[in-house]
Amino acid sequence: MLTDEEKQEIQAEFAHYPTRRAACIEALKVVQAHRGWVSDENLADVAAYLGMTPAELDSVASFYNLIFRRHVGKHVILMCDSISCWVMGYERIRQELADRLGIGFGETTPDDRFTLLPIACLGTCDHAPALMVGNDLYQDVQASGLDDILARYP
Amino acid sequence: MERPLTGNIKPGEAPLDLRGYRQAGGYEAAARALRTMTPQEVQAAVKDSGLRGRGGAGFPTGQKWSFVPMGPDAPRPKYLIANADEMEPGTFKDRLLMEGDPHQLIEGMLIAAYATQADAAYIFLRWAYKLAAERLSKAIAEAYDAGYLGHDILGTGYRLDLYLHTSSGRYMCGEETGLLNSLEGKRATPRSKPPFPQVSGAWGRPTVVNNVETLCNVPHIVANGAGWFKGLSKSDDGGTKIYGVSGHVKLPGAWELPMGTTIREILEERAGGMAPGYALRGIIPGGASTDFLVEKHLDVKMDFASVQAAGSRLGTGTMIILDDRTCPVGMVANLERFFARESCGWCTPCREGLPWAAKLLAALERGEGRPGDLDRLEELCRGLAPGHTYCALAPGAVEPLQSALKYFREDFERHISEKHCPWEAVSRGGIRN
Repeated sequence: MLTDEEKQEIQAEFAHYPTRRAACIEALKVVQAHRGWVSDENLADVAAYLGMTPAELDSVASFYNLIFRRHVGKHVILMCDSISCWVMGYERIRQELADRLGIGFGETTPDDRFTLLPIACLGTCDHAPALMVGNDLYQDVQASGLDDILARYP
Repeated sequence: MERPLTGNIKPGEAPLDLRGYRQAGGYEAAARALRTMTPQEVQAAVKDSGLRGRGGAGFPTGQKWSFVPMGPDAPRPKYLIANADEMEPGTFKDRLLMEGDPHQLIEGMLIAAYATQADAAYIFLRWAYKLAAERLSKAIAEAYDAGYLGHDILGTGYRLDLYLHTSSGRYMCGEETGLLNSLEGKRATPRSKPPFPQVSGAWGRPTVVNNVETLCNVPHIVANGAGWFKGLSKSDDGGTKIYGVSGHVKLPGAWELPMGTTIREILEERAGGMAPGYALRGIIPGGASTDFLVEKHLDVKMDFASVQAAGSRLGTGTMIILDDRTCPVGMVANLERFFARESCGWCTPCREGLPWAAKLLAALERGEGRPGDLDRLEELCRGLAPGHTYCALAPGAVEPLQSALKYFREDFERHISEKHCPWEAVSRGGIRN
């Protein structure tokens, strides 16, 4: 069941588009902001609220990299693995993160604190390598700085 | 040197608010356009300037606008969309403009919307640009409060609503018709053209999609005229361009320079040349989907015609540098992994061909490449050439691959004959000894 707050936030999007369907990706983001990810049940609830079938909505949800259709940990680390970050040392940072957290891409730490995912070019290539944790951007990332970054996310 | 696009931007400082932007002369061009010019006159000014799209394709902006049906019988509502989905690897110029001077984009959009008599406008912003979202939201609210958006703008009777739409992460959202499908709440698969978006776009209505940097040029063209714009440039294409460099150079960054500045000047004078210990081997001039150039091309002017004549494309104008300590095969493998992953899956050649290329390159990287693999890769490049796929993602994807096979073929062959990556012991993808 969608909460009243979620419904209000979704409704606020309707005014921006000529169709309800256009707000469906925003609606998924609303639910994800509240619950961390979009479960099958959540998806069905949003679909019903928007007048779409679950299959229609899932075909949209499954397309977008930042809509999570599986459980993610408390904090999602998004590592840019595109070309400039690769040239400037992405591989070393990835290895260090894997060593520290004990997880690879697509995995979540046993304490549910971090999920690690790759992300396409973050558009800060003159400050590569770069990554995001949640909504926070980190540029010119060095292995020596990783502990400090991770410590900010208990 | 005139820097109209970045004149208000001070690195590390907050952007000008509405008051500051107006004090710097902002919104005067919009007032001039809306109060003293007809939409057709604004279109003519932009057409005469020769402004070409800064998103990668370089289509003449005035010409794009001219395809929009005008007059009382035009289908409504009409839309103007800023393509702010900057996800071309190696590209970071629109971020600079949106974070640095959000009102400039809004003013450009207002004038462009007026020129095509659009009823509503969207900024289609990629998910990851959180700071830009924050600053644009604030600027949009300021613009509404001051009467530059909404009803009866500047007392002219023109009405425009502007919405910030944030995406959810997928490269194909930056493709013109993929963007339209995404805006409509669908998968960002491409549409066949014709009909072109200017005739039938968002929700089937006339829609212009322009890149952020393109739109940021519009207020300056209206304020200063087509002649001024052409005069800024060092070549046939008018205006300035935000150029960028990333990779192992001394000073990676972005700079606004006259259109037609040479690769050498950007690389050596702005970026300070190669970082100590690194030598230049290749340049991808305009973002991931452009062909490699090499040292002999250093004096090529970075404008649309010159880069094309050299065998590549200006694209976004942000260069990625290949140095001598980085494996070209690894570099291309990374690029094709990106393109394969971002393929929307709609058409068979792209959906099947790009993962195949990525798989072949991964095998080469591991030293498991076989004789005949390079022929296979070249076959794929031919098979994914323009005209064979539904959109330009795959043709773009094979540009770095086909040019790497041309310029660095020996390196590819060594991976096969030596059964390992010759760069492994030196440094690969940034791993240091």
